[in-house]
Parts: sequence; structure tokens; C-alpha cells
Amino acid sequence: MKPTNIGGHDYFHKVVDCQWACPAHTPVPEYIRLIAAGHYSDAYMINWRSNVFPGILGRVCDRPCEPACRRGRVDKEPVAICRLKRVAADLKDDITGRLPRPQKTNGKRIACVGAGPASLTVARDLAVLGYQITVFDNGAAPGGMMRSQIPKFRLPDDVIDEECGYIIGLGVETRYNQWVGSLRDLMAEGWDAVFVGTGAPRGRDAPIPGREEAAKHIHIGIDWLANVAFGHTTKISKRVIVLGGGNTAMDCCRSARRLGGDDVKVIVRSGFEEMKASPWEKEEAIHEGIPIINMRVPKEFRHENGKLTGVLFEIVRAEYDAKGRRSLIPTGEPDEFHECDEVLVAIGQENAFPWIEKDIGLEFDKWDMPVLNEKTLQSTLPNVFFGGDAALGPKNIITAAAQGHEAAISIDLFCRGKKLDDRPPPQFNLVSQKMGIHEWSYDNQVSEEERKKVPVKALEKTLKDIKLELEMGFDPFMACAEAERCLNCDVETVFTGKTCIECDACVDICPTECITFTANGEEDDLRGRLKAPAKNHDQALYVSEDLKTGRVMVKDENICLHCGMCAERCPTGAWDMQKFFMQCAEAGTEARRT
Amino acid sequence: MTYLAKPKLLRTDAPRNTLGYTRRDYEGAISTLCAGCGHDSISAAVVQACFDLDIEPHRVAKLSGIGCSSKTPDYFLGASHGFNTTHGRMPSVLTGAALANRDLTYMGVSGDGDSASIGISQFAHAMRRGVNMTYICENNGVYGLTKGQFSATADKGSKSKRGVVNNDTPIDLVALALQLGASYVARSFSGDKEQLIPLIKGALRHRGPAFIDVISPCVTFNNHAGSTKSYDYVREHNDAVNRLDFILPRDQINTSYAPGELRRIVQHDGSVLHLRKLEADYDPSDRVAAMNYLQERHALGEIVTGLLYVDSSAEDLHRHLNTVEKPLNQLGDAYLCPGSKALDALNASLR
Repeated sequence: MKPTNIGGHDYFHKVVDCQWACPAHTPVPEYIRLIAAGHYSDAYMINWRSNVFPGILGRVCDRPCEPACRRGRVDKEPVAICRLKRVAADLKDDITGRLPRPQKTNGKRIACVGAGPASLTVARDLAVLGYQITVFDNGAAPGGMMRSQIPKFRLPDDVIDEECGYIIGLGVETRYNQWVGSLRDLMAEGWDAVFVGTGAPRGRDAPIPGREEAAKHIHIGIDWLANVAFGHTTKISKRVIVLGGGNTAMDCCRSARRLGGDDVKVIVRSGFEEMKASPWEKEEAIHEGIPIINMRVPKEFRHENGKLTGVLFEIVRAEYDAKGRRSLIPTGEPDEFHECDEVLVAIGQENAFPWIEKDIGLEFDKWDMPVLNEKTLQSTLPNVFFGGDAALGPKNIITAAAQGHEAAISIDLFCRGKKLDDRPPPQFNLVSQKMGIHEWSYDNQVSEEERKKVPVKALEKTLKDIKLELEMGFDPFMACAEAERCLNCDVETVFTGKTCIECDACVDICPTECITFTANGEEDDLRGRLKAPAKNHDQALYVSEDLKTGRVMVKDENICLHCGMCAERCPTGAWDMQKFFMQCAEAGTEARRT
Repeated sequence: MTYLAKPKLLRTDAPRNTLGYTRRDYEGAISTLCAGCGHDSISAAVVQACFDLDIEPHRVAKLSGIGCSSKTPDYFLGASHGFNTTHGRMPSVLTGAALANRDLTYMGVSGDGDSASIGISQFAHAMRRGVNMTYICENNGVYGLTKGQFSATADKGSKSKRGVVNNDTPIDLVALALQLGASYVARSFSGDKEQLIPLIKGALRHRGPAFIDVISPCVTFNNHAGSTKSYDYVREHNDAVNRLDFILPRDQINTSYAPGELRRIVQHDGSVLHLRKLEADYDPSDRVAAMNYLQERHALGEIVTGLLYVDSSAEDLHRHLNTVEKPLNQLGDAYLCPGSKALDALNASLR
């Protein structure tokens, strides 16, 4: 293998698994260290810059960072990254003084359609630069689906109000209760650019026999959740079936439980493991006494005199073909009938753009999705940009924020007449953490504590009040203990071959046997020859230049604990622990001159 | 050194031996030696050897004297028996322990000061008597604990860190061991674990006195230009006569070497030493030739390493003394001390 190029930001960024996995590339270990040190406001601001909604995401993020967390590969569970983010939001001081002040107006006017996370991110990034932003939304308050679909017991309104308020407070004009019915008309108003962040507003239906006859008792999940969120729906029948296995289904069943549903069941086509809902959301539903029944395909809504009596299900099993595609095969067992009074259908969301005319030059593909440049998020109308669920299909809030940042960069470049492909690079640096012979500026002792569970309020209380937030968040002591579980993967092991005397001290001390000195070879061959074979091909090998004996140093990044013992044991300082800090570019950052 | 204990977190796929232990289970306390000390590599080699041999840690006794090297038994086999003797007296204490309980595996760990200066007589007599043990000398040529004075194994003409030239003739413990009757004699280098680990394994499974002289650079006082025990010097002057593969009786042997390239030696317990020849004419069963070869190469400034001599049919002290199979410490007072009547009877029989 060639010596690893550690010059740019890519190699060391990938070592920080959580930051790499985060769509907005939040510098996770950095803010976790700040939480451990009690610097909650600093931790909050790092989050705020990257992901815009720390308080919201600290409660409801899909947390792609946690399955990626290195701790999860050496310990039972990953660090509770998401809930630590909430700690920063809960325990911070007043941060209004730290918010950026908008620059003098540059005269450019941008329309953002929808007041969800993508639009608000665009608004924030551009308002700071002096753009005049106008946000349109048919609701009465900002937040989009964060407000309309996430139950209040998971995400209270005041958190949404606060974090959306920081953005609106940057001088963003808002036009609430205004439905944008025509892109053509909007364009005619002469905006310099239009950003579409309208989400995926249409819930998929289950068109099976009995659907129309029993329509009064069958609701589309996301519409029902919005009605609950805004107080239009305040109760539900005793026996409820929720169809679907995603996070919306989990929100539906848990909301139903709080509105009078005593016998609430989730019934899913797939197996339990393949359900789209996050594992923790499934756990919470089960904790609230909601059974999840798998491998059942709904066949018919049964009804009597317009009243729903139950749902008939076919029992199936999953079979996978050679390519790993799943098909559901009926087992031949007799169909199963589940009685119920109401059904919530939460089997997916779809995009819909009824307000975008087909003849204004904005192309749609065969799935009725806008044709976009996936990097710049520019549509075929050069001054119209997309982001969030409206852009590349339904994902999650953190992806919406990440796309908002990218769209803001594109809009800024576009308005300044620059090429959209010249993306500004992230800013990063790499600094030694050595303070003394055995002293580092980070706590390199690896905590052996188990993951802390977030304390929750008593179930009997929370099941009675749909607005009562279930989780209480970590207190400062739990937060510190949990933060200490972070392995500090951003404190990188940096190797200098020139000074190495090949004494093997690092090899001998490494607790997870990551380091090997051996003859160079091709990657697959090398992976097998290491002191502990490197079986995780998603994780890189760090290969040095040729050393004095002609061998190379090979480090398997997979389960390095970043404890710094290699550097402490190194007699010549060939190993050093250096902190890698990287923040993605924001709109307004200049591209690197070449 | 480092102040922190190694984190207990373990890779989930950490290999386990037939006893269910991981390598980490054979480690000891965290080393307090200087960063980069060769001795720590030797400790790691011992850990690996014991792990590979499925040795039960509580069936090992590790004994040492005084010095940097003699501190190391604290850093491996944390679950074994240990004894730090007075300076240079490890061989006697080991001999006594081995006589009292022949069932344990004995490992003596010493250094060039402990073995070649204050304890040289003890070293000599333990070898002579044929104590069943693995004797490792961690040889760095200096007194590290007292700021780096030359030890008795420092080569004539080599320079100290301050530039002082050593004028005394060195003691070669390998040569002494060969002369005094050690039945398994090897030399290795702490910076070459591929060579060292099989040598330790072979020694642990050898019956009789096994001696391994391991050149182990002192990074603090003896790793400079002018030293003959530095990482660079040893690598440049290393003359390995053979490469050992140690094979347990249960392991499958699948090696393909042309005849003459490989020498196969079966030890008393069925374990096999596969010696790949690096020096075509070197014969590790010929003690006199080994001694000659050692002297010739030493005169050329080379450091001879590898398994230099092995007598797989050697016998040990217990055999010489014709002791009972059962360890003496398990015999019970009545059996060991049968009383004055038995003594009188014995005396009478000799009159």
C-alpha cells in the first residue's frame, strides 16, 4: 500500500466516525468534551453553527452518528451523542449575545417556501450575510413538520419556538398563514432566488377493500399527527391499530396511547429488525405497552354499517433473492383478524408539488421529483433551489439542515455570479495535544462506565398528558459521566516515520492491538497479516512510509481507543496525539484559490 | 512509562486460546520502565508465548533479582506466582522453589548486572545443576537504574552515552551457559519478536536449564552511536543462524522445505522445534562447534542469534537427585519428616 495521505482533511475526518456519519458533519467529540468540562454554551454554539437546531435534534434526531460511534464497536453501546446535545441546549446560558449579527443588506431578496428545517437553515446562513430573506408558510408558526408531526411529549413547542426564534430574529421576514399556490406567480415577484423547502407533505394511503366504506375511522398518520399537534384532535377510540413500521408509526401509536387508546397495536409488513423505525423509538413504544406485530400484510378493512370492526391480515415470511432483495411470501396460514375501532395509516410519505407549474422550465423526473444537481441542489430553473425532504425524498431533520447549508452556499454563489461547482472547502486544523511528558490537553483515560439512560417521567403521568415531555434529559453529573465515555476520536494518532526507532513500544502497549510493524503489501494481504486481523473494511489502514528496517507501520483505525498510550510509550515522539477540528464551509466562505 | 492503567475495553473479536483467555489476561501491571525500553518488548513476547502455549497463569512461578530487568515480572503474567529476590540471588531461590514443587513452570528473569556481576556464581551453579527453568537475561550492557554505568557484558571498545570508552573484557553469558551445561541456549533481540517468541516457547517446553540472552537496548543510556547494544547496531550486526518455528503436538505440521533446509527436533513432551537454517553449516546439536562459532563471530564484531544449542534428551536436577514424581510440597509432614525412629533405622543401616 502507498503511505497514507494525511495532508488533507479527508483521512482524519473519516476517523472521527460520528462526524463523518453526521450529514452536517457536526464536530461531535469537540462539543462532548466541552459538555464534560461544563462549557454548555460553547458546546451549544458549535452545534448551532453545524446543525442549527441543537435543542430540537438533541431530542428527536435520527442520530446517524450513534450507530457509527467507535465506542459501539468496543463496548456494548455507543455514546449517547444525541442526548448530550440536548444537555448543551438545556444547560446553556443565554446565548443571544453570541449569535451572529447580520451584515449590512446586500439588496438581494430570497424567498424560502416552507418554514421547516431546510428553509430556516437557508434563511440563517444567508440572513447573516446581508440577504433579505422572506419565509412563506401556511402554518401560523415556524418549524414545519418539526412542529406539525413530532408529538409534543417528545418535542415541546417552546424548544421549537426558541430555536426558530434565533433565526427569525436575524431579520428574516415571515409570511405565515400564506399558502404559496403558484411558483409562476412567486417568480413573477422578482426574487433573486427561490428556495423550496416544502417537505414531503403527503401520507401514503392503504388502498385495500373497505378503505372507502370505513373512511371515517381510518386516518392518514401524518395528517392525524398534525391535527393532534394543533389541538384539532384530542381523543381516539379505545382500540387502535397503527399500520406501518417507521418513526411516524411510532409517533402515531404513542400519541394514540395518550389520547384514550387503551389497546393500541402496531402491525407491520416487515420483520421487527427490518422496521424503518429507529431501535430506540421501537423500545419506547414497547415501554409504553404497545405490542408490535410483524410479518402481517393488511388485506381488508372490515366494517359493519360504515363502522370499522377490524383489519384482516395475511401472514407472510421474508425471502431474499441472490441480490438481497426481499419479497414477502404468504405462509399459507389462515388470515388473521384484529379487531379495532380506528386505524392510523403510517406507511410512508410522498412528495407533492401541486403548486409548481409544469410549463415554467422546472423539470421533473419520472417519479415526479424535481431534477436537481445533487451537490448544488439547483433545479433546472437556475434561480430555484431545493432542500430537505422536498429535494431528494424524505429523510430527516439533520439531512434537511445539511442540505440547507449546501443550498445557501449555492444561492450565495449564484447571486454573486460565481460558478456553483466551486464549493468552498471545509476549514480544519490539526494541533498537538501534548502538554507534558504524560500530559495531554484531553482526558485520555478511557471511561469504562456503561451508557447512561435518560431519566423519564412516570408512565402513568405521561400517558395522561400528551403535552408532557417524557424525557427529563441528563443532569450535569450524568451528562459528565456520559460525555467521558467518548473516546475522543478527533484526537488523532499521528505517526512520523522519520523519528521511529522501531522499538515496538507502541505495539506492546496498545490495548486493542491496532499497531503492527510488518513488510508492506497489498491491502487485503496486509489486513490479514496484522497483529489482530483488520476485518472491518469500512475502516481505513494507516500506513507509514518505509522505515529503517524496510518495514512499514500499519495501524488499523477500526477500534483505536485514542487513549494516547502509543504516544506516551514512544521514546522519540514518533507518535503524537493531535486534535483534528473541522467545520464545514458556510455560505460566504471563499473557495480555495488555485 | 505511563501513569494510566490500560483500558479494559477489548476488541470483540480478540482471539482466545484453548483455556478461553485473551492475550490481555496474560498481562501484568502497567510498566514503569522508560518509554521504548527493550524490556517491555520482552515482557510482551513472554505474554504472547504463554498465551500461545495455553499456559495456566497460576501454574507459573516467575522469579527475578534486582534491576530494571528484574522489575519486569510485575509487567507480565499478573496472575502468576512471583518472587523478587535479593540482588543476584534469583537462581538459588528458583532452585529451591523448583525442588520443592516440580509441577510449576519456572521462569527466571534477570539482567546483565544481576546475572553477570553480583549474581554470576549463582548463574553458573544453576546452569551446572540443570535446574528445569527458562532463564531470560535482559541484556542491555548498562546499569540503567544507577544512571548508565557499563555492566560486565558491555563490549570492549564500546562507548557510553557520555563518550567514555569501555576497556574491560565482556562476559558472554551465552558462552558461559554453553560451557556450564545449559541444555537449551539461545540469543535474541528485543526488537525482533518473530525470532524471540518461538525461542521463549521452546524454552518453556524444554526440560532442563534453558537460557536465553536477549539483547534489549536501553533507550535512555545505551542507544547512541558507539554503543554495541543499540537498536541500530544490533540490527546491523545481527547474524541469525536459524529461525525457529515452535510447534505444539496438537498442531498440524505443514511446512514444505527442501531437504537439508529444515531441522526437526522433538522435545521430551512431543513439542517440535522446526529450525530453518540460515547458516548452512550450523549444527545446533554440537555444543563445541557452537562455542567455536560464537567466538569466531564475536571476533568479527557480529552478534550471533537464534537457537544456538539444544539437547532435547537432556535431564534435569530432579532426575540427577532421583527425587519422587510427586512434588515435595505435597507429600505432607509425616512423609517428609518420618521421625527419630526412622532416622535411627537409617543411621543403623549405614553403620
